[in-house]
Amino acid sequence: MREVAVISYAQTPKVRDAGAKNDVELVMEAVHGALGNAGITNKDIDFTCSGSCDYLGGAAFAFVSAVDALGAVPSIAESHVEMDAAWAMYEAWMKIQMGHIDTALIYGFGKSSHCEMRNIPTLQMDPYYYQPLWPDTVSIAALQARALLESGKYTEEDFAKVVVNSRKNAKNNPNAQLSGDYTVEQLLAEPTFVSPLRKHDCCPVTDGAAAIVLATREKAEAWCKRPAWITGIDHRIDAHNLGTRDLTVSESAKLAAEKAGVKKGKVDIAELYAPFSHQELILKEAMGLDDSTVINPSGGTLAGHVFMSCGLDRIGEVADRIISGEADRGVAHASSGPCLQQNLVTVLEG
Amino acid sequence: MAIQAAVVGVGQSERFRTRIKASIAGLVREAALNALEDAGCSWDDIDAVILGKAPDFFEGHLMPELYLAEALGCIGKPMLRVHTAGSVGGSTACVAASYVQSGQFERILTVTYEKQSESNAMWALSSKQPFNPHLNAGAGGFFAPIIREYMRRTKAPEDVGCKVAYKDRMHALKNPHAHVQEEPNLEEYLASPMLWEPLRFSEVCPSSDGACAMVISNEDLAKKSPNPPAWIAGTSMRSEPTMYPWREEVNPRAGNDCAKDVYKQAGITNPLKEIDMAEVYVPFSWYEPMWAENLFFAEEGEGWKLVLEGTTSRDEGGSCPWNVSGGVMSSNPIGASGMIRFAEAALQVRGMAEDRQVDGCKTALGHAFGGGAQFFATWIVKSDKP
Amino acid sequence: MSEENAAKEPVEGFESPVNLKYSFAAGRATAKFLREIKQGRIVGQRSSITGKVIVPPRGSDPETGTATVEEVVLPDVGTVISFTICHLPIPNNPIMPPFIIANIVLDESDQTFIHLVSECNNEDIQIGTRLKAKWKDSSEWGLSMENIQYFVPLDEAPIDIEELKQKRLKETEKYRNA
Repeated sequence: MREVAVISYAQTPKVRDAGAKNDVELVMEAVHGALGNAGITNKDIDFTCSGSCDYLGGAAFAFVSAVDALGAVPSIAESHVEMDAAWAMYEAWMKIQMGHIDTALIYGFGKSSHCEMRNIPTLQMDPYYYQPLWPDTVSIAALQARALLESGKYTEEDFAKVVVNSRKNAKNNPNAQLSGDYTVEQLLAEPTFVSPLRKHDCCPVTDGAAAIVLATREKAEAWCKRPAWITGIDHRIDAHNLGTRDLTVSESAKLAAEKAGVKKGKVDIAELYAPFSHQELILKEAMGLDDSTVINPSGGTLAGHVFMSCGLDRIGEVADRIISGEADRGVAHASSGPCLQQNLVTVLEG
Repeated sequence: MAIQAAVVGVGQSERFRTRIKASIAGLVREAALNALEDAGCSWDDIDAVILGKAPDFFEGHLMPELYLAEALGCIGKPMLRVHTAGSVGGSTACVAASYVQSGQFERILTVTYEKQSESNAMWALSSKQPFNPHLNAGAGGFFAPIIREYMRRTKAPEDVGCKVAYKDRMHALKNPHAHVQEEPNLEEYLASPMLWEPLRFSEVCPSSDGACAMVISNEDLAKKSPNPPAWIAGTSMRSEPTMYPWREEVNPRAGNDCAKDVYKQAGITNPLKEIDMAEVYVPFSWYEPMWAENLFFAEEGEGWKLVLEGTTSRDEGGSCPWNVSGGVMSSNPIGASGMIRFAEAALQVRGMAEDRQVDGCKTALGHAFGGGAQFFATWIVKSDKP
Repeated sequence: MSEENAAKEPVEGFESPVNLKYSFAAGRATAKFLREIKQGRIVGQRSSITGKVIVPPRGSDPETGTATVEEVVLPDVGTVISFTICHLPIPNNPIMPPFIIANIVLDESDQTFIHLVSECNNEDIQIGTRLKAKWKDSSEWGLSMENIQYFVPLDEAPIDIEELKQKRLKETEKYRNA
């Protein structure tokens, strides 16, 4: 296997509303940031891959206008997944493994502020049986949270602890949307939103973009003092029909973590794509993480959730901490679909 | 050097139609099962699934890979969803090939589809946006001015477009999967109404439901496969912006670059001579001469001569037939259309194209494009291992 | 139909409408353009790298992927780069076919946009035809390209678009900053 590292990561601030900025303007900020951090230009990139969702913008081909941010003249080798950009990174990583290319730029973007974010993921559901019932994304997550409480494994207090931890960690993250000092008691005193979830159990609506650069050993070492090497990467999917799954566990996250080799060494940090507090508990268990691992040092998804680049953000947040020497080995997780249906796990090492 | 990969199974909808009476899951499953049967394997033999399709707006269904996990036997496996506009069927094949060529997977299933009957594609492409004049007259309205400029530059005779349409639909009569299966009449084609001048109704592709699937495996498994493999000798994807100052739209640079890249990988220096047949994405018939130039089968300005000389016609015994399946002009399930080109090319070099087989076909080109003719995907498949 | 037969009747489809509301953000560059066109001015932006002028600006120079900043006030006169005569209606647009949609490049700019051409016979228009904007009454101006009702052919000979391109490329070289 060829050695590949994340050598650079840039993100736009995780704001509730990016105002007048359009997709192209957000992508330019992230892409220029990632290239700039590495001291390279788009001419140094062999392959570009992105992740985005047409339904956020209410028109087909959101990713097409984003190409205007790349300087793709003359033409570039490029591809796009209608998935979180973490999967775009997987496609690029695969392409590097083929041996044809040495570097890749990956970006994701989403402007959720100007659409009905709570209803967009409803369109992911089985179009014949579930979608016509319009179950919104929070309600679907609440079903899972309820199942988890009923299983007796966790309590609402455990959910609140996840939020306390996220808000506390986010205080050190200048890009976070939500941060601060809270107590479990304070949070539990809040009313429920979609029972048993409270508003703080749900990730915020966020606008933004993120980009990373991948490189093979020779270039990674030339462009980065301490590259974050990808030593394992895998993704798996569970059944879509919620009725056939045990919602209190994540089989696909467990399998992806095993295949990616999460347990092959000590995990200093983990960034988990858990849009709802209870999902962090499910993921932690599935991936075999214990209290020796700092979970979501950036504040994670509850501190800012750019739909379509949140998974790439997790990879970037882990990579940044390895590049800076803050951590030696970390795990980044990305998810897609209702109740964590699909999961991608990346292991990064210094 | 990448690991060798080969197409060992191809599956398509029994026939592409305006409306296929099946659920989306049923539609993709039919193609997938046909591909598995050709490859002589079962769901358990598949390591990953790579799904491709054009905008989610076409069916009003977001990220369909999630809902299709069960139907495509993917539970507990990796699933990826590619979307690169109209070129997606081709890009998906390239990405799927990379799963094997990277050495990470031994045998994968790749599936593409479109179920245009479940929504309104013309509407999906023309949703009103507040900042631009609302003049998006569908894909035909976008491409007609480019075709007009091609006609102006090359002084191509006006009947070239109808002749391509006639040729492709004659080809389609021998392809049981083809949507349009009606004996064409050149006189009627030349008299058919203008939709977007200079484009006539007869020069425009249909709107179809349909799916296409392939099983791609590594060398070991390809050699054990029951039917002959199609070896993937090169894959390429290239993109450029929809618009930029003085962009060359008739003969786009990205298409040139994509062709050069794939020919280099496959060791091709004279495509017209060395490629035995090509399945090229031609949704408006005039794009055959345009792509003949863009893909270096003809000198710039002379693509239309290939058409008039019958070089691209199987029925006229042309030396390099294009779109013997009937092409996009005869079937257009958008998300699958690119992959059908790639799969038909594979069937030809495997010698499995039945009545539409080009005799002695050893090297074939699959091509797809999308967006404002700005996204390109190509592959070269061969009957002999490269 | 009896109840028994109804039960046997295959269900081949049902309607499941999707209604989603959006509030669009134009983008900083486009917002500026729209504020200007509300005043009857067409303002493009020049790429600081290539020197070429883009109108309507969309925030970036797609050739280089860099933000465009410098504004250039443009005339409402341009040239047909190509066109189509559309015989099909546009969904959600009351305009009745046939109508002419042209790719137009304004004088002193370098990227085409599409707009209607009217007040002429179909035969009067060709690639290279010179056009001028026909504006709506200023009382109707809003934040929209549709303040220009359509373009009208000028009483001038058509020009060679290849020569126009070469002329512009030479002109923009003065502003290049590669």
